[in-house]
Amino acid sequence: MTALEALFRAFTGDFGTAAVTVLLAGPLVTATAMLLVPAHRVAAALNAGSTLVSFLAALVLLWDRPPLNIYLHVDDLNVAMIALTTFISFTSSLFSGGYVEHERRTGRINRRTGQFYHAMYQSLMFALNLALLANNIGLMWVAIELATLTAVLMVGIYRTPAALEAAWKYFILGSVGVALALFGTILVYFAAASAVGDGMEAMAWTVLITHAGWFDPTLLDIAFVFLLLGYGTKAGLVPMHAWLPDAHAEGPTPITAVLSGLLINVSLYLILRFKMVLAANPHVLPPGPLMVGLGLLSMLFAILMLYRQRDIKRLFAYSSIEHMGIAAFAFGIGGPLANFAGLLHMVMHSLTKSAIFFAVGHIVQVKGTQQLPAIRGLGESHPVLGWGLALGVLAIAGMPPFGVFMSEFLVVSACFARAPLLTLVLIAGLIVALGALLLRLNEVVFGEAGGASLRRDGSYLPLVLHLLLVLAAGLCLPPPLVAWFQHVAAQLG
Amino acid sequence: MPVAHGLAFDVAHMLAGGMVTVSFMLLFQDRLFALIQFIALHALVLTLALGWQAWLQDAEHLYAAAALALVFKATLIPWVLHRLVRRLRIERAVETVVGAGMTMLFGICLVGLAVVVMLPLAAKSPLMWEDLSFALAVVMLGLLIMITRRNAVGQIIGFLSVDNGMMLAAAGAHGMPFLIDLSIAFSALVALIVFGIFLSHIFKHFDSVDVHTLDRFRGDQP
Repeated sequence: MTALEALFRAFTGDFGTAAVTVLLAGPLVTATAMLLVPAHRVAAALNAGSTLVSFLAALVLLWDRPPLNIYLHVDDLNVAMIALTTFISFTSSLFSGGYVEHERRTGRINRRTGQFYHAMYQSLMFALNLALLANNIGLMWVAIELATLTAVLMVGIYRTPAALEAAWKYFILGSVGVALALFGTILVYFAAASAVGDGMEAMAWTVLITHAGWFDPTLLDIAFVFLLLGYGTKAGLVPMHAWLPDAHAEGPTPITAVLSGLLINVSLYLILRFKMVLAANPHVLPPGPLMVGLGLLSMLFAILMLYRQRDIKRLFAYSSIEHMGIAAFAFGIGGPLANFAGLLHMVMHSLTKSAIFFAVGHIVQVKGTQQLPAIRGLGESHPVLGWGLALGVLAIAGMPPFGVFMSEFLVVSACFARAPLLTLVLIAGLIVALGALLLRLNEVVFGEAGGASLRRDGSYLPLVLHLLLVLAAGLCLPPPLVAWFQHVAAQLG
Repeated sequence: MPVAHGLAFDVAHMLAGGMVTVSFMLLFQDRLFALIQFIALHALVLTLALGWQAWLQDAEHLYAAAALALVFKATLIPWVLHRLVRRLRIERAVETVVGAGMTMLFGICLVGLAVVVMLPLAAKSPLMWEDLSFALAVVMLGLLIMITRRNAVGQIIGFLSVDNGMMLAAAGAHGMPFLIDLSIAFSALVALIVFGIFLSHIFKHFDSVDVHTLDRFRGDQP
């Protein structure tokens, strides 16, 4: 029925509404279908096909937007996030096909678990699309809760003691985050209801942003603290980050890529939505210093933890915390340049980090272990993987000419203009992180080859594609993209 | 926003205060069955509070929320937990991480904190200030219960009381759309399924639902 509706909308020229219908109904229908598909290959193909359709629908949104309603909306901020999210979910599904094939062959996943995995993958995509499209602050919350629950189930999928512990920890900390975020959402409703009246209108973000000037500033202040802590838990900001390394290390690697590339990004996006509401009210305390503090703390803590890691997936999980910290820091500094840098950094980090996890997934399957000391000399034994990982790590460490270099450079310059002293801390942190990553990279890629060398499944296409995109973005950003970034950065305040 | 007066307002506060009291009872309770009975009582007081608010505001969706709370939170979930505890044969005492006296002191501090956090509202709208302080206190006590329990069932009870606190906060918001109530009920339900799956798996692997037995699987140790 929804497919028919989408077709009807497309025929009547309302491509935007058709695309939104596809983005939401597509994953739901596919998730249900997965329960009926027993064969792994068919399920993997269906998974990739469905995410590709979502990506195409997201591209349609770039030139035709649906009319606004109080539940869903598409604006300048989320349209690019949707394109990015659906793109990475597509490339991850390509990687996931080969990955699950390998796990099935080695007996780590049985037929039923495989089915469940694919159904959950699609549910997660539905939740992320809903969180991005939602105009209603309650709906945003429901979507992120759904995303967390599906992610918890995915993290525990191997049923090993470590995986169960990671899932349990993620669940408990996730529910604390969800509770704090809901309290914040209720407070925002309180603030809105006294200005625009009771009912659904007072929960629509587009209404909030236009009426924010009349809201009670103290209520907004308190609400933002709860929202920052709540959604910050999902974004992996220190000190609410404890679930993140465990969940990253114990879940299946495609899910690690999705967690790092998408889920934590979407959570940060929600924080930005509320920061925009605060920015529209001249009487609130500026939320910047809070975000700067949390961001800096996350970054420094994660960087120090990088040196202690013995597990390759945990290593890059801490690196994700570091980069979320940098992005939050940039948004906290505020102003057009820093916001521009923060947005660019979110995009570049997503692309690079998921590329790294694609490489790590292959490496772990080839070597049969996640322990760093057991992974040596990949440059010799598996040149494509070794060099792919090396390029990814150089990119994430902020080396030119990759995109992350550009975004970090912009963060540093924006910070220099606003808070010169903090720049010193930032630069010192980035250099120490570079050291930690290169130290590990040296052993993994250039050490003497040895250890297991098992068969690999799946293609390198997603890895190569992401690295090329990050490289291209570093060399030259297309002017329309720059214009879009500038436009949105100005709105963020 | 209609202003509640006199008795109506006092009863609403008595019920909200009752929830805080039951939260304190949960805090020092160290037997699983008693804990489950108290979370049922917690939900029952929540049902009354929601019902009272529904009557005061003449809001149908709050009656529905009260009914949901009565069916799921006060009856079904405690019953399932009770069965689970019996099936897993873990009726023995739960140890708390900190001693009962210390936990109570912490709890009192948290209630104070909840009042202080909401203090800026006092000047503008005392009613809203008191409503939200109560709800925040219940939420914070729930979080405290979660962190002072070593037992997975105890952590669930903490989570459920946090959920109840949220619902109390949402009930005070006049005309807040039903969406929130629904989603809370939904989350409690889904949570139950997740709990069921995880508890039985954790138990299968560890012969215990004491989450500290999970600690040796943490990856940070070199």
